Amino acid sequence: MSRAVDLSFIPLLDAAPLIVADRMGFAEEERLAIRLHRARTWSMLRDMLALGQVDAAQMLSAVPIAGRLGLGGAAVDFETALVLSLGGQVIGVSPALADDLRGAGLRIDFRDALAARDALLRARPAGLRFGVPFPFSMHAELLHLWLGDMPGLSTVTVPPPQIAEALLAGEIEAFCVGEPWGSSAVSQRLAELLLPGTAIWTAAPEKVLATRRGWFEANPDRGGALMRAVWRACRWLDQPESRATASEMLARDDALAIEPEVIERALSSRLLLSATGDGVDSPGFIAFHDGAANFPWRSQAAWIGRQMSQRLRLDADAAMRIAQSVWRPDLYRQHLGDVAVLPAASAKVEGACPQPILAGANRGTVLLGRNQFFDGRIFDLLPGG
Amino acid sequence: MPDTLFIVVVEGEPDRAATVLDALAGDSVSLRVIEPGPGLARRIAALQPDLVLIDAANPSRDELEELTLASGPLERPVAIFVDRSDSQMTRAVIEAGVAAYVVDGLTPARLRPVLDAAVARFGMLHRMRTELAQTRAALEERKLIDRAKGILMRARNLPEDEAYALMRKTAMEKNRRIAEIAQAIVTASEMLK
Repeated sequence: MSRAVDLSFIPLLDAAPLIVADRMGFAEEERLAIRLHRARTWSMLRDMLALGQVDAAQMLSAVPIAGRLGLGGAAVDFETALVLSLGGQVIGVSPALADDLRGAGLRIDFRDALAARDALLRARPAGLRFGVPFPFSMHAELLHLWLGDMPGLSTVTVPPPQIAEALLAGEIEAFCVGEPWGSSAVSQRLAELLLPGTAIWTAAPEKVLATRRGWFEANPDRGGALMRAVWRACRWLDQPESRATASEMLARDDALAIEPEVIERALSSRLLLSATGDGVDSPGFIAFHDGAANFPWRSQAAWIGRQMSQRLRLDADAAMRIAQSVWRPDLYRQHLGDVAVLPAASAKVEGACPQPILAGANRGTVLLGRNQFFDGRIFDLLPGG
Repeated sequence: MPDTLFIVVVEGEPDRAATVLDALAGDSVSLRVIEPGPGLARRIAALQPDLVLIDAANPSRDELEELTLASGPLERPVAIFVDRSDSQMTRAVIEAGVAAYVVDGLTPARLRPVLDAAVARFGMLHRMRTELAQTRAALEERKLIDRAKGILMRARNLPEDEAYALMRKTAMEKNRRIAEIAQAIVTASEMLK
């Protein structure tokens, strides 16, 4: 094979597009060899990409934006040409807190974020500590959006494999994390699931394909092949008949090294809320492709920039402007124009689609997925426009 | 003593911690080892060190990222040494497998000797660990191949050298490693019991 790329991933469900692009031969179709490198922490993955040890990586959607804003422990300059997944997070609580929430009148239905919020405010009037996997992450932003005004709320960084330990030590009482770690804590009987991330925002961009700024311009050939292979892997992953194969593939020791049954729960949007409970359907729990999920909408980047600026007291207008420059819909259009249907616009009104909706595209129309915030708010990049 | 550099080393294994401390000890340095685990970022922030060193592959490393926001991003910035000025040092730090978080305001001149020592020692530990892992893996494969050989000898009534030759031949034909063939034999025989 004439060309190769090195990709880094963290063993999580949403590493699937990169693993599938390799194992299902989507890269081979493009005469591209993928070399996968598993990282153990987000800081390490970020350093590997920053220093050129890998060409591209599965990255938390907020990290390239935080980097450009000068936040975080390393100076990095990344960009995002494709979104790998929407959703896929869960919010879980300790069994003791779950009991207190029921005591506060909550029926845990894994759906109603407003009811869960009310119960949390009643059960923990002095606040609580929430674990998130990284300070710059959709997990942190979703929590802040949902509970930002809660007195005494604090978030602490807990690496997902250590959630169980942190719950046992009383360091945290609740967490927001990507699958399969929530289900893993549930099967150890250390947590119950409260909500999917989609209950707070149905279309939250969770992981992106990140590259160093300028990598695509310097490597148009490999870059295009990589984009097409990953895009086709995403499309394959969202086909229901792929779930069993994908679960087996991801379960292997060199990928996630976790039981395929646990992976399949999230892929089939049917999760166990507690070790002794029944499965609950959570439609649209994670999207790898459907609803134009892969397009890097500038409005998504602006939203992340604005939320981050509020949380960290930065200038909001500057943060939104800088964040938008990190996401590169132009690269998506350039490299996927022949295979994907491209939306006519590069920004949309976030939170304004209670149902999927058709939008203008280069060839006919493109179906945009549900897009709603838990409290019905709307984020419009161009007010009045 | 304002001239003393206060360094916190995050390390759970006492032997490794002692090795790092030996390398860093000096007149103008004070050292403290803390274990990774719940509340790591809070425990470090309370100590207010000048420099934090941690194995780059330590699963707790992401918790330190929180220190960059410890008390607002602009008031007390803590940044990895991987900064904008010295890319060669950055590379050495990363390749040695150490992550260093320094409080902004420390001059490179003061940091350099400490980091050189840390890079050398972490690099050595890193190599030792890799070699140990390789030795262990080789030993495991040896055991696996021996078991598979035994299974073949009983099932096909072969002498030992022929059983091994058969595995080697199969591995070459299938373009697989002998250990993989051995694993397949052991797995299949367990299922057929």
